Amino acid sequence: MTPVLKACVPGVHTSVQDFGRTGYRHLGVPTSGALCRSDLRLANRLVGNCASTAGLEIIFQGPTFQVLADSMRIALSGTGGTIQVSGMPGATFPAWQSVHLVRGQKFKITIAPSLACCYLAIQGGFDLAPVMGSLSTYTRAAFGGYRGRILAPGDEIPLRLNSVDDSPERTFAALPDPAKDAPVRITWGQQVEYFTASSRETFISREYTILPTSDRMGYRLSGAALKHKDSFNIVSDATCAGAIQVPGDGAPIVLLTDCQTTGGYPKIATVISSDVEVLARRPPGSKVRFSAVSVSDAEIIARDHDIAIGAIESNLISVSHGSRLDVDALYEANLISGMFDAENPQSD
Amino acid sequence: MWSPLPKWTLTVRISASGDTAVIVEFGNKVDRNLSSLVLRAATVLSNSKLTGVLEVIPTFRSLMVQYDPLVTTSTQVVAQITPLMSTTGKDRTQVQKWSIPVCYEEEFAADIAEIAAATGQTIEQVIELHSGISYHVYMLGFLPGFPYLGDLVQTLHLPRRTNPRTRVPKGSISIATSLTSIYPFESPGGWHLIGTTPVELFDLNNTPPALLCPGDQIRFEAISRSEFIDISKQVSAGKYSLEPVKVTI
Repeated sequence: MTPVLKACVPGVHTSVQDFGRTGYRHLGVPTSGALCRSDLRLANRLVGNCASTAGLEIIFQGPTFQVLADSMRIALSGTGGTIQVSGMPGATFPAWQSVHLVRGQKFKITIAPSLACCYLAIQGGFDLAPVMGSLSTYTRAAFGGYRGRILAPGDEIPLRLNSVDDSPERTFAALPDPAKDAPVRITWGQQVEYFTASSRETFISREYTILPTSDRMGYRLSGAALKHKDSFNIVSDATCAGAIQVPGDGAPIVLLTDCQTTGGYPKIATVISSDVEVLARRPPGSKVRFSAVSVSDAEIIARDHDIAIGAIESNLISVSHGSRLDVDALYEANLISGMFDAENPQSD
Repeated sequence: MWSPLPKWTLTVRISASGDTAVIVEFGNKVDRNLSSLVLRAATVLSNSKLTGVLEVIPTFRSLMVQYDPLVTTSTQVVAQITPLMSTTGKDRTQVQKWSIPVCYEEEFAADIAEIAAATGQTIEQVIELHSGISYHVYMLGFLPGFPYLGDLVQTLHLPRRTNPRTRVPKGSISIATSLTSIYPFESPGGWHLIGTTPVELFDLNNTPPALLCPGDQIRFEAISRSEFIDISKQVSAGKYSLEPVKVTI
């Protein structure tokens, strides 16, 4: 029997994502991939995967899954998030530590309220076929990930491993900082000259709010409108994640990993690579301030950010109280009935 | 009309988009000469396999060169690409010529009567004008495999629709401004629908999945309703393949 992870409750927008596909943007194919790469990378580290192994990106609302494999090891990103294992009281594990589960167990993911998204890494990853070199889901053209779409009730995502080892569960000695209130850093963009000087000033001095119409293609912002000098149409050119385009209404849109590869609105600025995820972690309604840096500073920040994530990654420690469910104790506590059915999933 | 861009007047503007992309801008309009400079430069850069460069994306008027800031810097990328830009006029490139079947019958062309009325032509004349010339693939964008094709004859130039459709059917051939295109997927869209092709523009069974690539040339070949149905059946059965003619220019 193929080992699978079953989505009992799929959540609002749960999709398979890795680091995205490279080399196809000239054919109009977006990069896609995790909005917050370092969160996926760190969650993968806790279960012993490569940094870019595909996991589940969970936006806004946590799903509930059932383990239909002999055993599996998972880890959730995002400080404040939890994994709640059903059938046993008190079995709630925090994000940023690996958790060992056995066949039949159900677990519910809760995202920290201050976060828009989190990542669930699974030891060994999913047994899915890459599309153009990536497992990332691109829903607009319905390819990649699990059937090219977000998860639906009852989906069974095939796993590479049917069982995992008994090694101790792990967490990080120091947890990453989600930079909840930090300014989002930008470099001035390829069409900054399309905007008045006062609009540039406005953009980096005023506060913007993330609108609920935001999605993986782009974060829409409300706040002080930006004025174009004359036209708000340009001859289309290339876009990338982080680019901030400003349509005629003057409300900026920060493009994210599912953004189309070309666009016809002037781009006032680009969010630097390390801060795209800082922005993407913030749910609609959150405030954002921007600050400008030079390109060479942005490159230094990118390298420093990579080193900082590497430092967290390399400082793994064992979880003191264990994240293992004690099956014998469950039998004694008479809590096993929920698991009994699940061990024979054919029966229901 | 575009004015010729002789090689000796070629100046490029290089800018940055954050810490992951350098943009090489050749001009600021939709222009065949400009496009050929962009596409030749894209070929030279892609073939150069520069360290840390991930992708080279040509558009109407510029190239985006995406790089990994953990491997290289924009200063290094600019220093590497600048000398390559001066060689862009010399290379010969291979071009694929396609003939794409299109059914222009009204059932497959929701806006063709409106297009005829707006341009003062008969529907037959609209079909002749659209299928009578060869188009250049300026770039792909908007959707995977969505080609921006030009240039339409002046008579057919129309602004985008004031009310964009929320659902444009897959395979729709559309026109707006000086351009025409094909929707590889069902999608929202604001262009006028002039016909439908049964051909797959983006097929994951192919490598690469996009049928067209920037620099290709295409003509539209009018087909009847019954031919459309016949080709559609072959496409569904995986028995239809469209082969381009390859020419070196």
